[in-house]
Amino acid sequence: MGHPILNLVAQRIALGCLLLLMASVLIFIGTQILPGDIAQSILGQSATPEAVANLRKDLGLNDPAYVRYFTWLSGVLQGDLGVALSNGKPIAQAVGQRLSNTLFLAGWAALISVPLAVLLGLLAVQYKNRWPDKLISGVTLTTISLPEFFLGYLLIFFISVQLRWFPSVAIINDSMSLGQKLNTIALPVAVLVLVVLAQMMRMTRAAILNVMQSAYIETAELKGITPFQVIRKHAFPNAIAPIINVIMLNLAYLVVGVVIVEVVFAYPGMGQYLVDHVSKRDVPVVQACALIFASVYISLNIVADIVSIVANPRLRHPK
Amino acid sequence: MAENLLEIKNLKIGATVYPPGEKPHDITIAQEISLTLKKGQVMGLIGESGAGKSTIGLSAMSYGRGGVQLTGGEVIVNGRDILQIGAQGLRELRGREVTYVSQSAAASFNPAMRLMEQVIETTLLHGLSTKKQAEERAVELFAALGLPDPENIGNRYPHQVSGGQLQRAMTAMALCPKPDLIVFDEPTTALDVTTQIDVLAAIKKAIRDTGVAALYITHDLAVVAQVSDEILVLRHGRMVEHGTTEHIINSPKEEYTQQLVSAHSIQHEEKKPTEKPILSVENISASYGGAIKVLSNVSVDIYPGQTLAVVGESGSGKSTLARVITGLLPPSEGRITFEGEELSPALPERSIEDLRQLQMIYQMADVAMNPRQTVGTIIGRPLELYFGMRGAEKRKRVIELLDEIEMGEKFIDRYPAELSGGQKQRVCIARSLAAKPKLIICDEVTSALDPLVADGILKLLLDLQKVEDVAYLFITHDLATVKSISDSIAVMYQGELVRYGQKSEVLAPPFDDYTDLLLSSVPEMKLGWLEEVIAHRKMESAGN
Repeated sequence: MGHPILNLVAQRIALGCLLLLMASVLIFIGTQILPGDIAQSILGQSATPEAVANLRKDLGLNDPAYVRYFTWLSGVLQGDLGVALSNGKPIAQAVGQRLSNTLFLAGWAALISVPLAVLLGLLAVQYKNRWPDKLISGVTLTTISLPEFFLGYLLIFFISVQLRWFPSVAIINDSMSLGQKLNTIALPVAVLVLVVLAQMMRMTRAAILNVMQSAYIETAELKGITPFQVIRKHAFPNAIAPIINVIMLNLAYLVVGVVIVEVVFAYPGMGQYLVDHVSKRDVPVVQACALIFASVYISLNIVADIVSIVANPRLRHPK
Repeated sequence: MAENLLEIKNLKIGATVYPPGEKPHDITIAQEISLTLKKGQVMGLIGESGAGKSTIGLSAMSYGRGGVQLTGGEVIVNGRDILQIGAQGLRELRGREVTYVSQSAAASFNPAMRLMEQVIETTLLHGLSTKKQAEERAVELFAALGLPDPENIGNRYPHQVSGGQLQRAMTAMALCPKPDLIVFDEPTTALDVTTQIDVLAAIKKAIRDTGVAALYITHDLAVVAQVSDEILVLRHGRMVEHGTTEHIINSPKEEYTQQLVSAHSIQHEEKKPTEKPILSVENISASYGGAIKVLSNVSVDIYPGQTLAVVGESGSGKSTLARVITGLLPPSEGRITFEGEELSPALPERSIEDLRQLQMIYQMADVAMNPRQTVGTIIGRPLELYFGMRGAEKRKRVIELLDEIEMGEKFIDRYPAELSGGQKQRVCIARSLAAKPKLIICDEVTSALDPLVADGILKLLLDLQKVEDVAYLFITHDLATVKSISDSIAVMYQGELVRYGQKSEVLAPPFDDYTDLLLSSVPEMKLGWLEEVIAHRKMESAGN
């Protein structure tokens, strides 16, 4: 028996691995029950039945489903995501580039939205029920209420077409400098920030206000501490677990949910890659993308759990 | 020559209330409050809940809890009116000149910070000394207040020390910046009676040694009599009587003060056991989840129409015993017989007749009633369930029951929210009586009530016992209550029965160590009681 925290953390990680395994089963089943025959769709409508049968045999489609599942899984575990049916190239390479683009976009959106959300939440608490609070809540709720493709087109229309500040198409490549890249992705980042801001800000506000009801906040006030220090020193550390949880959910959303935003701005990320290959019925690519999304989602949630555990003094310092 | 440290002149305190369905309006919480406190003096503020004592205590820091506002008068601390000094001025006052010790230290410490950091926070904030000096002072205070391992206890987090220790640490926190005045707000009320006495002694010693002045707020006259020089009696936000402690305890003038002094005056003649007990608990052991044993080998008998009091501090297993008897927690060993027949251990297997015979009254009358049902519906429910009563017949019986609990027909259409604490508990009593049970389990039924109201409830229970011939299993931590109403007593400690028998035997020496500790810890309304007891004890409380 080690420190109880180590046990808890190990437990969470083991659970996460199990969850990922189950997700892989679901993904595999999901792609198997899709209507249509892969061999048929590769060869097209005019293919002879013999050619289709031969391809089926080559692709291993005649094996039982569980055999194909384990073949796929063992490949994935060795880093081999398979070969794209549409162009015959290894998926890992193409996905690698796309994933790093998506992480670049999501990362900048997170870098801006998380501190901004927490800061706005703190401001809302400080000016609770006065106009700054109402303004912050109103604006963020409005932006979350609009569908993101609509927000995207609004920004394109006003900022890109009318004001000509930033480009409307966010295609980046390796030859661009960081400044150029940032300039290019400004609009999709702005859309993502507006979409995830409200939830994180509202949770920060609610979690801190909840803590502000505690007797120890009264104690702090009666010590003569300034209101801002009361929030920063006594309220925030005790509100961190719920805030981290909602932040992680939103980060996961940033990575997984960028599909629509990427398509709107023609950004070469995972989302667009996935959408392209779904329409081409390229099952191995869809499986690989889905698995990557699932692992991002699960690992961010594990991080949130671990932070909550570590932030709890009762678990960190047992009796 | 001593100059006035605190002077409250004609203070008026109000608040805006927002009752559902009505327009918000202002109410007055306290008015015409005037008092003076000299340096190093201790004044007790006493009254029942709603008397405004906490509100008045906090006015010495110009602090209004919730929507409370200090609307008139003056509060002069060290020569200036603190109602007029603004937010910055108040921050300089709070934590430097006046500090605060709250009722629940467990809730008043920030769970995410170490004790030391919180104890010296004020001292550093106001720039009163260096960090090293402050820490040294804190360690001295920890030692003076009797905390174990004073050098290192500051490194712990609040959840790592006991409730009694936290209350001491909070007193250290209040003393650390060397204030002129400390407001103690019921500092020992949340503690077990055996722990309370040690904390009380530590607080008293600290006050004497440092020469700090104090406002000591409590509802327990016997407690305040031990620490204060003067006592101010409050009721409904007004001053009732003010005088030296000796004067208030020994020769109170006002009728209300006299009642407070003579609370717990119920006398009850002990009844001898009859031939057959109505309920026998035989060798019961029980645990939660099989892991921690909370009851081991407990056997008690209850006789028809008599009262068995089960007494012990928190964690002694007394409420678990009630859960076992009602079938909520099936025991791991032992059996329960009711009128000679064995009861099924688990609730779902008991017949409806068994359920009717055994009723329960809870500590929190508030949450034991459906807030959306009227008093008539609440009391009528068991009549329907057990006797199939309907319509006029049911209403007639409900009115009879309301008369029995001295409330009457006019309450039949009221909702629980429209009743006072004592009235709510009376309705709960009527509900349990409606089933015509042979035994009622009363779980701390008076603990949440003010002393005078609690006395009324106890009187009612005794009267009802005479009329209805019902037996009570009375669970409590309050020995004064035990003395006044029981026929036999079971003393429990850490899941075991340490002493059991007729009241006259249990309360007669020679005592075992635990019963002696328990009995001697009950505050007595007598000057100098605290010192006497501390000097003569045989064992320390486990809660320290």
